[in-house]
Amino acid sequence: MLILECPYCGVMADETDLHGGGEAHLKRFGPGSSDDEFETYLFHRKNPKGVHFERWRHVSGCGKWFHAARNTMTLEVYATYSAQTTEPPQDVIDAVKAKHPDWEGYK
Amino acid sequence: MRRYSAFAIAREAARYHTGWERAWKSPKPKKKYDVVIVGAGGHGLATAFYLGKNFGITNVAIIEKGWLGGGNTGRNTTIIRSNYLQDPSAAIYEKARSLYETMSQDLNYNVMFSPRGVMMLAQTEHEVRGYVRTAHANALQGVTTEFISPERVKELVPIMNIHGPRYPVLGALWQARAGTARHDAVAWGYARACSDMGMDIIQKCEVTGVRQENGNVTGVDTTHGQIDCDKLAMVVAGNAGHLAEMAGFRLPMESVALQALVSEPIKPCIDVVVMANTVHGYMSQSDKGELVIGGGTDGFNNYTQRGSFHHVEETVRALVETFPIISRLKMLRQWGGIVDVTGDRSPIIGKTPLGNCFINCGWGTGGFKSIPGSGWAMAETVAKGEPGSLAAEFGLNRFTEGRFIDESVAAGVAH
Repeated sequence: MLILECPYCGVMADETDLHGGGEAHLKRFGPGSSDDEFETYLFHRKNPKGVHFERWRHVSGCGKWFHAARNTMTLEVYATYSAQTTEPPQDVIDAVKAKHPDWEGYK
Repeated sequence: MRRYSAFAIAREAARYHTGWERAWKSPKPKKKYDVVIVGAGGHGLATAFYLGKNFGITNVAIIEKGWLGGGNTGRNTTIIRSNYLQDPSAAIYEKARSLYETMSQDLNYNVMFSPRGVMMLAQTEHEVRGYVRTAHANALQGVTTEFISPERVKELVPIMNIHGPRYPVLGALWQARAGTARHDAVAWGYARACSDMGMDIIQKCEVTGVRQENGNVTGVDTTHGQIDCDKLAMVVAGNAGHLAEMAGFRLPMESVALQALVSEPIKPCIDVVVMANTVHGYMSQSDKGELVIGGGTDGFNNYTQRGSFHHVEETVRALVETFPIISRLKMLRQWGGIVDVTGDRSPIIGKTPLGNCFINCGWGTGGFKSIPGSGWAMAETVAKGEPGSLAAEFGLNRFTEGRFIDESVAAGVAH
């Protein structure tokens, strides 16, 4: 079972207490944007085989949204961090790099 | 290729079975092919088969990173049905279902198609309305389905508890000509027919890069070296996004794990396929007597081909409520596959931003039933360079243009 530490309440939450919210740090587009920008924002997903940054909500706990850095090949969890970020913070990047030195970095 | 027949069995019985040929060859890859198909699962092999049969294109290689039919073709619960809501879906799934009816004869390979009937239970008022609507839509599309009463459900499946405490059965969408087939045999049958047409099936050969020049594909780099091609067809499940990334474009889909399990074998007790979408579970009985059970997908991206244990519990709990007699059964095996799910739960078939590169993916949780129809439509797309009538609506551009083929209701839990 996937277990993530909620960065807000500090609980080690089981997968059944959480709800996945898909890819994190999406760049949002609004009125005036092109069709391609809307398509990318609404539908295109990175869906990587490896390191993935995603949104989670601690539904059966504090109810807060947060972010997690996870590996989709090994189900390894590197870190969880605040939802009030527009890209992964340096310490999260470092935590991933520490385990995967050949990782090409966040893009 | 020596044909399989009763005479062949008699002939081989008379000489200690020494004359059986290998069903397909395992050649070394050539330098160049007219068409390279990535993925030797049901969809890839069917695409190759119809390229040869319908368009006479036989200089084809089908390359596979694992073993033939070892991905989702070998991991599904073998359900075949075509009771979808939208017209484009009904057309392609009904084409597939009708091709399954004659597949054993067409391939000279027994795929054990069993049109035993598929029943989708309606357990809420909302579901009743949804399925009545689907039955009406199917009538217009020429797909024979009907909405049946709880009494008829009980008659067809005596082991079902239709008066469950949480979700009593209020009716069901019944497709009598739907059913199951032997999933491995579908892959093997197509592989044998493709090999017989002179196509090369290359297993344990992983694509590591897509070669391109001036916006057109020129070949692929693989673990067996470079293979050139005029046209490239990506027909993979789960890893489609990974492959698209190599070719330099992104897909509107995400990969998640879907699980299935089988019980210990028991005497025949259920001769139709039952799907219960509200409580999340579906069940049928295999020819060996095992109950074949499936449930929902995990809620997060995953490439590990194994799923979360709590989904197994949810599925089994739902099915025990629906079929109380299975409560003491032991489960024999459990496994997972990686499915690629699009936003509207419909597949993608068509051209890609890369020239001469075509894609067929996004079948999500319901790929097996569509194998022959998908192959038929994909072969036409690859041969002509443009999608034909079956594939036209399923292009990648539907996401830009907002022409979704919303099948989230028909897909339900299992699709």
